[in-house]
Amino acid sequence: MKDWGYSILKGRQIDFENNDFSIAEYITKHEPSFRWCIGCGSCTATCSAARLTDFNPRKLKLLIQRGEIKGLADEIAKCMLCGKCQLVCPRGINTRNVIQNIKRALNTCHAL
Amino acid sequence: MAINSQHIVIIGGGPAGLEAASCLGTAGYRVTVLEKEKQTGGKLLIWDKLFPEFRNSDKVLNHLSNGFKTNPPQILTNAEVVSVIPENGQHRINLRDGQAFQADTVLITTGFKLYNAEKKEEYGYQIYENVITSFDLEKQLKTGNPIRIEAGLTPRRIAFIHCVGSRDIKSGNIYCSRTCCITGVKQAIEIKRRLSDAEVFNFYMDLRMFGQNFEELYIEAQQKWGVTFIRGRVSEIAENKDNSLQLKAEDTLSGRPIKMSFDLVVLLAGMVPEPRTVEIGKSAGLEFTSGNFLAGLDSHISQNETNTPGIFIAGTCREPLSVAETLTDARAATVKMISWLRENETSHKKPLIKRDND
Repeated sequence: MKDWGYSILKGRQIDFENNDFSIAEYITKHEPSFRWCIGCGSCTATCSAARLTDFNPRKLKLLIQRGEIKGLADEIAKCMLCGKCQLVCPRGINTRNVIQNIKRALNTCHAL
Repeated sequence: MAINSQHIVIIGGGPAGLEAASCLGTAGYRVTVLEKEKQTGGKLLIWDKLFPEFRNSDKVLNHLSNGFKTNPPQILTNAEVVSVIPENGQHRINLRDGQAFQADTVLITTGFKLYNAEKKEEYGYQIYENVITSFDLEKQLKTGNPIRIEAGLTPRRIAFIHCVGSRDIKSGNIYCSRTCCITGVKQAIEIKRRLSDAEVFNFYMDLRMFGQNFEELYIEAQQKWGVTFIRGRVSEIAENKDNSLQLKAEDTLSGRPIKMSFDLVVLLAGMVPEPRTVEIGKSAGLEFTSGNFLAGLDSHISQNETNTPGIFIAGTCREPLSVAETLTDARAATVKMISWLRENETSHKKPLIKRDND
């Protein structure tokens, strides 16, 4: 049956003290350029998946860093690993390796 | 060396005033510097290290005090100017203690004042013990002692809040104080250098890395020191029972409100004009910018000249500037002053220096 939403809504506020940073720590350890991002959004602008779905690599990276990882496995499955984001990144972030490490982290950390 | 009989008075013995005094002294002019404090050097005396290369402020102070080898200026400390009044083609400078000076030309270099962060009550400065300003942190860094919060503990998580009293119509200041962004990056790195395990977060609206090597320092803060930058203006700070601080902001890049706890919060308070600069400016009939700084005659071609002939301005009394920019501005003002003195010299005040075209 359809979920009618009578349960108590979870707040939208990012609760930094109680969030899960295991994935962010794993990625930063294996691909330190993960934290060089300045949030310009050029990765999302060029992303083929973003053109067709609501996939947003800039936001995805930010939410991981805030410890918000619910639904991450489904999100990351939308990436086709074309690597165009890496070509446009002004900070020289190895975005493709970041994505690969998100996938590895999901397997390693058993977070989801 | 032949000394010109024309007399220049510089109001304010900070970086701008001292740099201008050494240039004008070297050019052969008789210069008097009036400093309101008991020591010259201005706010450089408070500052520990300067961005972007972490140079000791002492190095700049040494440069300034070494500039007086030829024709040193007369420096008066504890000399608080209250007004500058035009008088018989000259200027009369009145001091609080009743003394007065006559000058052919005046340079105002009275600097800035730190924005009073208490006005942003929602950030709790002077209410919560672990909310401090960038000035307070700089004084603490200058002692060389380990960084501690009020209870004597080592802070584990530290926040810097940008634009406190800048770009904020509610605080009365719509302008950007310019140097706080890079100061926030500099101080974040200094904390990481001393406390490598601490987590440092900077809350910003825009990061304005305008100067040479500023952007490089910002990249270094992220890459080498792991400082986290969160785009969003902090709405409020509240104190927890254990005296840690709970901070609320919007993480605008994710479009979600965020709540975080900190041991120490540093407010990057902006620059405002010194109240006595406004007093002096009004007495001399000068014009002001929208931010109440002293206004130059033209924003491109004559920033150091004012609407009152013979009165010049330089440094942060006319707009927020870095130390490097302040020194450049002071040197620029001296060129304009020398030109003005030469154009306005009268027969009884002919310069003693022989010029080729005389």
